[in-house]
Amino acid sequence: MAEEAKKEEYWRWPEGSWVNPDGDWKKGKTITAGVDVGSVSSQAVVAVDGELYAFSNTRTGSDSPDSAWKCMNMALEGSDLTVDNIDYCIGTGYGRVNVPMAQRTITEIACHARGANFMYGPEVRTVMDMGGQDCKAINCDERGKVLNFMMNDKCAAGTGRGMEVFADLIRVPVWEIGPRSFKIEAEPEMISSTCVVFAKTEVVGLLEEGVPENDIMAAYCAAMAHRIMELLNRLGVQEKFVITGGIAKNEGVVKRLEEQLGIKTAEKIWHKPEYRSYPFDTQIAGGLGAALFAEAMLSRGKVKSVRKA
Amino acid sequence: MIVGGIDVGGKNVHVVIMKDGEMLAKGDSPTGIQKAEAAERLYDEVLEQASLKRADVERVVATGSASKRAAFAQGMIADAAADARGVIRLIPSARTIIDVGAEEGRAIKASPEGKVLDFAINEKCAAGTGTFVEAMARALEISVEDMARISLESTRSIPMNAQCAVFGESEVVSLIHAKTEKRDIARAVHDAIAGRIASVARIVGLEKDVVLIGGMARNVGFVESLRKEIGMDVVVPDDPDFVGALGAAAAATAGVLEEEVEAKVVEKEKYEEGKAS
Repeated sequence: MAEEAKKEEYWRWPEGSWVNPDGDWKKGKTITAGVDVGSVSSQAVVAVDGELYAFSNTRTGSDSPDSAWKCMNMALEGSDLTVDNIDYCIGTGYGRVNVPMAQRTITEIACHARGANFMYGPEVRTVMDMGGQDCKAINCDERGKVLNFMMNDKCAAGTGRGMEVFADLIRVPVWEIGPRSFKIEAEPEMISSTCVVFAKTEVVGLLEEGVPENDIMAAYCAAMAHRIMELLNRLGVQEKFVITGGIAKNEGVVKRLEEQLGIKTAEKIWHKPEYRSYPFDTQIAGGLGAALFAEAMLSRGKVKSVRKA
Repeated sequence: MIVGGIDVGGKNVHVVIMKDGEMLAKGDSPTGIQKAEAAERLYDEVLEQASLKRADVERVVATGSASKRAAFAQGMIADAAADARGVIRLIPSARTIIDVGAEEGRAIKASPEGKVLDFAINEKCAAGTGTFVEAMARALEISVEDMARISLESTRSIPMNAQCAVFGESEVVSLIHAKTEKRDIARAVHDAIAGRIASVARIVGLEKDVVLIGGMARNVGFVESLRKEIGMDVVVPDDPDFVGALGAAAAATAGVLEEEVEAKVVEKEKYEEGKAS
């Protein structure tokens, strides 16, 4: 156990935050926030008049309220905006009922569809949200409204956690797996076990056989892509097709999924031309959707501002 | 007539040597990565124990998920067939056999002659297998044996939400953080796997006597959870993990070198469908 605790944590992806350098929140009418406390990662997004102002992407700790505060504080780092200046905040994600600064909650399925609509544009029809401990395929309309969805939250195969477990096993930082999975001579056969635990045994066997690490990464990425494809095929995937969540950053999975589906994912750039210089983080879709729902509710007078300062 | 039975499983190899229906020697060892070598080595060790040479053995029948690795065996029978033959030898009244090993869980409906009448298996998901318990014991930082023991001391039944071994580990960690007693967590883990394996057993139908074999049969906490889950007594033979090898040896005695059985493969529905609310 002690040995295990000491070893490097290859799943530990970097946290980050951003504040719009040109943004002036004091000129804004409404300041809204969305806090997405997921099982593995948490994001806070702040919008001023429905425009992106700040966001953060952090790891979820063992306590949901602490995780919510951590990501909110990180999002506001480098800005003189405080939580007291926020008119309305909506919590979403697995830990949404434990977001202390939120006035209400909305499911992450609705938030991801809304966020993806804003990020990638109104042509988006299918959103594949790759969460830490679940994955959801969502069909939505041109306003980002959910039409139907298909979800797996029972099995770690095809979730971010599954990739983290693999990274730790193969001792390669999780963000290097995608690029390295293409440094191969020929595409290997995919890992045959669906179950992450059995896949681990299979991977250990391949390592022992002397199969190159990059090939094993390719085999694992392909298996994960296959798993996601099964879910998407059950729902029915339509273009414009986008992926949100952490696994969207893993080209090793995304490219192989595109090949298996025969459909390309939309380019990961902001739909709004004036946003093109902003960082594009596929993990903020849920938090962004929540912040936008808050803005819409406020401006339609459905909820009242709770702003303190 | 001297015969051998070898069970090359995912985690362990078991060998049984029999003479005219009586056990002469037996042994087990971890399978490891070099499965063929492990099988050869153990077979020779057990023969030596009985002061025998390979040439003294009339027939060897292999079984287990890696039975092909026992190249010295003349015959090969399916795991379920070996289970049924082995159990009926030990407990003739057995009608339902539940075998929970490291990487799979199966249920067999057996005839009084030791034939497989019906057979269902979960081999796709670690949640209904011994691996699940091992992973949870690691999260609890106790041995599987201690976990089995303290589980019996639990007075509180708490449900485990996770149906996946990977998510189960996180859940166990949260339960520890929430200061839940380890014995209650241990029981929750055994209850969870008992629930999974019972659903496999219900596919073939539960008829007494219900006999539990495989590595998990040694886990007293799990046995108790399974009793409660199915509401029936569960009989555990001595050396429950040697039953497969014993069944293979029984097949060798009977001159059966091949026995295939068809399984109903159980894969839990993992997707949830939803409409906009």
